[in-house]
Amino acid sequence: MTDAQQYLDDLVACPQCDTLHAAQDLPEGMRACCQRCGHVLMSTQRTAVARIIALALTAFVLMIAAVTFPFLSLNAGGVQNATSVIDAVLAFKDGLAFPLAVATAFFIVVLPLMRLSALIYALGPLVTERKPHPGARFAFGLAERLRPWSMAEIFIVGVTVALIKVAGMAAVTIGPAFWAFAGVVVITILKDQLICRYSIWEALDQAKA
Amino acid sequence: MQVFDLGSSGPSQGLTTARAAGLVACRTCGQVHHKGAERCKRCQSPLISRDHQSLQKVWAWLIAGIIAYIPANTYPMLLTSTLLERSESTIIGGVVDLMHYGAYGIAFVVFFASVVIPVGKFLAIMYLAVSVQRASQANQHGRHKAYDLVEFIGRWSMIDVFVVAILSALVQLDTIATINPGIAAVSFALSVIFTMLAAQAFDPRLIWDVDRTPHD
Ligand SMILES: [Zn+2]
Ligand SMILES: [Zn+2]
Repeated sequence: MTDAQQYLDDLVACPQCDTLHAAQDLPEGMRACCQRCGHVLMSTQRTAVARIIALALTAFVLMIAAVTFPFLSLNAGGVQNATSVIDAVLAFKDGLAFPLAVATAFFIVVLPLMRLSALIYALGPLVTERKPHPGARFAFGLAERLRPWSMAEIFIVGVTVALIKVAGMAAVTIGPAFWAFAGVVVITILKDQLICRYSIWEALDQAKA
Repeated sequence: MQVFDLGSSGPSQGLTTARAAGLVACRTCGQVHHKGAERCKRCQSPLISRDHQSLQKVWAWLIAGIIAYIPANTYPMLLTSTLLERSESTIIGGVVDLMHYGAYGIAFVVFFASVVIPVGKFLAIMYLAVSVQRASQANQHGRHKAYDLVEFIGRWSMIDVFVVAILSALVQLDTIATINPGIAAVSFALSVIFTMLAAQAFDPRLIWDVDRTPHD
């Protein structure tokens, strides 16, 4: 590696305002913010990778449970109707709304699962200090770029609103998948809080060398 | 958490941007490259020093989002049929129904997610785009916060679409009561997606560029 290249690798540019900073090893428990706009550039969470992987694996298993087990069922006047997460997606399958069924499937199931798999693929080997898989950096970048489109937490709030709407007209039974889905949401939020992008990119870089 | 002073790599006093230093930074991973590099060597994301078409894209997505928001409000979101009657409810109609049941808190959540957030977002994105076009130097921190807020909160508007999905899947009780999605659900979802794309097309570095000497 040439000196010039090393110099570039020691710089961090703020993604929000492009201001250059010199990267440094932070003391434990501190974080560094952009001097110009205040965006958090790095924080120290050295032991986080193992916890991130543990949480991602748990969320993955719970998500599989959430799509397979019964989600909700409704009972009124002797007529019963059970609904899974897949049924909620398929609510839009008719006619013009079909693309919305596809989009909903992506927002609440496919993209959350893709983010989790990409993260496990990218960071898994780091936990046991092995070399990252080929494409690990691309996978981590993808997981981060998909973040705004992964809407499991919004779905669970929507479900709560819907439950309050029907509570007056019929008896609702909440199935195991509902709790599994709520678990996915909580764990994903915890996991995303542990991710310091800068440290993970550094960890991926160092593991390669 | 304490805040650590990273210092700047620029000339002793002022702060330098990657662009002013003849460099281009990856917005996905922060890796800095020489100007002219097309893809990030670390994560393969495309590298763009400044997206000069940013504002054009912002306006295009924003206008599409506003157009889609109109039918979302005038057409029914939910088609309900019970033994006695068939009814259609719009976004606002749904909020009014909730208030009827006495569920004021939830009515507020739905109203906030389906009306306040989308309209607020249209206005905020317009304000950001216009202020950058006018090269405004005022209130950069405030505008940057507005941008962060729009990015963070915009997706929550999808709540109402998911409410429709769950209600339509759940309430299928033969003749007693059935609920089906109305066409407004599709245009509302499109409106949310278009405005999310508008917010993502906005390059926040443009807010901070005005008081820097133009480079390339
Ligand atoms: Zn910054
Ligand atoms: Zn990159």
